[in-house]
Amino acid sequence: MIGVEHYVVVSSILFVLGVLGIFLNRKNVIVLLMAIELILLAVNINLVAFSAFLHDLTGQIFAMFVLTVAAGEAAVGLAILVIYFRGRGSIAVDDVNRMKG
Amino acid sequence: MIQTFAFYLFAVLTIASAAATILSRNPVHSVLFLILAFFNAAGLMMLTGAEFIAMLLIIVYVGAVAVLFLFVVMMLDIDFAELRAGFVKNFPLGMLVAVVLLAEMVLGIGAYKAGALNLGTPDGTAATPVGASNIEAIGGLMYSRYLFLFEAAGLILLVAMVGAIVLTHRQRGDTRGQKVSKQIARRPDEATVNVKPEVGKGVSL
Repeated sequence: MIGVEHYVVVSSILFVLGVLGIFLNRKNVIVLLMAIELILLAVNINLVAFSAFLHDLTGQIFAMFVLTVAAGEAAVGLAILVIYFRGRGSIAVDDVNRMKG
Repeated sequence: MIQTFAFYLFAVLTIASAAATILSRNPVHSVLFLILAFFNAAGLMMLTGAEFIAMLLIIVYVGAVAVLFLFVVMMLDIDFAELRAGFVKNFPLGMLVAVVLLAEMVLGIGAYKAGALNLGTPDGTAATPVGASNIEAIGGLMYSRYLFLFEAAGLILLVAMVGAIVLTHRQRGDTRGQKVSKQIARRPDEATVNVKPEVGKGVSL
């Protein structure tokens, strides 16, 4: 019988894979953004699973808000990536120290 | 029985394609595996009856975000072999963090199974009404109790759209664009001239 625990296990594995992706692909911003999307997907699976478990739709509504923020984040992140590539000719994150912050 | 089979199919495919996303050498393959992961996650959500979120995931992610990623990956001319240089060096630290995180998750899930904390139960105001479909119930809730949050989500999307356009738009010198002010300043009386040429003299060939 599939319970809410199964869903929590899947989403936690997905979350850990996302974090691992951030560590492994530290130079490639595109894969970094994809890893962030994986993390947000794990959060969404959790929200939906508990929403179904508790018979409360609030979780699904908040999953939709997470989706909204993820879409906006991807759009702005890729736009920054495009103008960065236009100026530098590469997307290596190691070089992002121009502002010396 | 079919539920169990479907769950394990979707779960295994989701996790395998997520792993392939972060491990594959070519970012184009990464994007395609990301699409597969989202598709199977939508299947997982469908199993719980959350059809609206599942369809939204496919439309928004597979239809928009993944295509955006694919577009950017293919547009930028990047030497991806160079970007993978730190892969082996970062591997031990990444694995360490991943193992610690996974251990924490296992601890949390184990504690939940041993007897969850009682943080109260939902009061039932957000439950699916009897006889209503998932989409109907979500719509009823979203346009009443969460109306302002819904509008705020729209505002976030608007700001993201304006930001992305402002960031990537550039004025190019070698193109002839529309000059709106010049078009508006043009008056009919100076734009057209009424002439009455004599027969046979209107055209010079």
